[in-house]
Amino acid sequence: MKPKYIVGLVVVAGALAYLIFGGLGQNLVYFITPSEYFQQVERYQNRAVRLGGLVKPGTLEYNPQTLELRFVVTDGVKEIPIRSSGTTPPALFGENRGVVVEGRFEGETFVSQNLLVKHSETYQAPKEGWTPEQVRKLIEETQ
Amino acid sequence: MQLARSNQTNRLDGLTLGLLALGGVGAVVGLVMALSAPPDQSQGFVARIFHVHVPTAWMAYLASFGALGYSVAYLVRRKAHHDRVAAAVVEVGLIFMALALLTGMLWARPTWGVYWDWEPRLTTTAILFAIYVGYVVVRGAIEDPELRAKAAAGVAILGAINVPISYMSVKWWRSLHQTQSIDLTTGKINVDAAILIPMLVNLAAFTLLFIGLVRLRSIIAAREAAREEA
Repeated sequence: MKPKYIVGLVVVAGALAYLIFGGLGQNLVYFITPSEYFQQVERYQNRAVRLGGLVKPGTLEYNPQTLELRFVVTDGVKEIPIRSSGTTPPALFGENRGVVVEGRFEGETFVSQNLLVKHSETYQAPKEGWTPEQVRKLIEETQ
Repeated sequence: MQLARSNQTNRLDGLTLGLLALGGVGAVVGLVMALSAPPDQSQGFVARIFHVHVPTAWMAYLASFGALGYSVAYLVRRKAHHDRVAAAVVEVGLIFMALALLTGMLWARPTWGVYWDWEPRLTTTAILFAIYVGYVVVRGAIEDPELRAKAAAGVAILGAINVPISYMSVKWWRSLHQTQSIDLTTGKINVDAAILIPMLVNLAAFTLLFIGLVRLRSIIAAREAAREEA
């Protein structure tokens, strides 16, 4: 067997091992919900956590000067305040949106390093009766 | 006798050229239709990546099943032709798989906020991609044609096991990737006709291109094998 193929096989085997044991192992539970957090508060302290839920309406505060974003994530039962800073949120971010935040708990607040926004599997054209202005606004808002 | 038989699979036939031509024209038509499709209510024009992303991802899954079928056929019948077609299916499938991953990443950045995240659908797809890269490496590494075909068939079977896992990952586990818009397990379609139709045109065109490319690659492989024998 030529050396380059041995190198290739080692690389592929290593990549697979990394994906299966490193990537997938932690991801069988991709994110926890606020309710699950409150069941095992101790377990999730001082470590990287992914938290998932909906952005509670009326809790959104965004400071464009400092880029600090505060909101509350809820699963309908429990709520957790989130603080995110440094980056502008994705265009689809907003109230009642499904989000996944990656970060750590600092006391009662979850400090997000990475804010991910889920979107639905439904794709719909603007309905009849939408004015061209509304369509243009939609397009501009999502850019 | 040997030569006469190998000539049949060696010839670039009209069907292959026809499939490639029709698929190419279909893809152009599909892309033009996709570019005149209405925007999505919540995502706007970004959702148009759907028209390319979903068909390429389906082609990647189709390739896995195709490679599985021809690999099992090889193990049962031991015909070199089946081994060559299986290899061709994987190589063409890798192109579509790479396109599915690439278009997915381009779509993820403006909507989810990141190009990549180790969530179940993306992770299982990355594993699928790695297995088929492994398939190509295994083929290159083994000189003996019979051993090569057997080992490759094993890898192809291994890869196909991952397809249902990848497809169902968005339902089995919590994920960032949304569930299927066109759910093949329940038959539910959550896409407006105006957005769906260009996607279906692309799907048909990509399927023709896929079959045409696999036939072309098999013919090249058969010629290579014939030259090695001579």
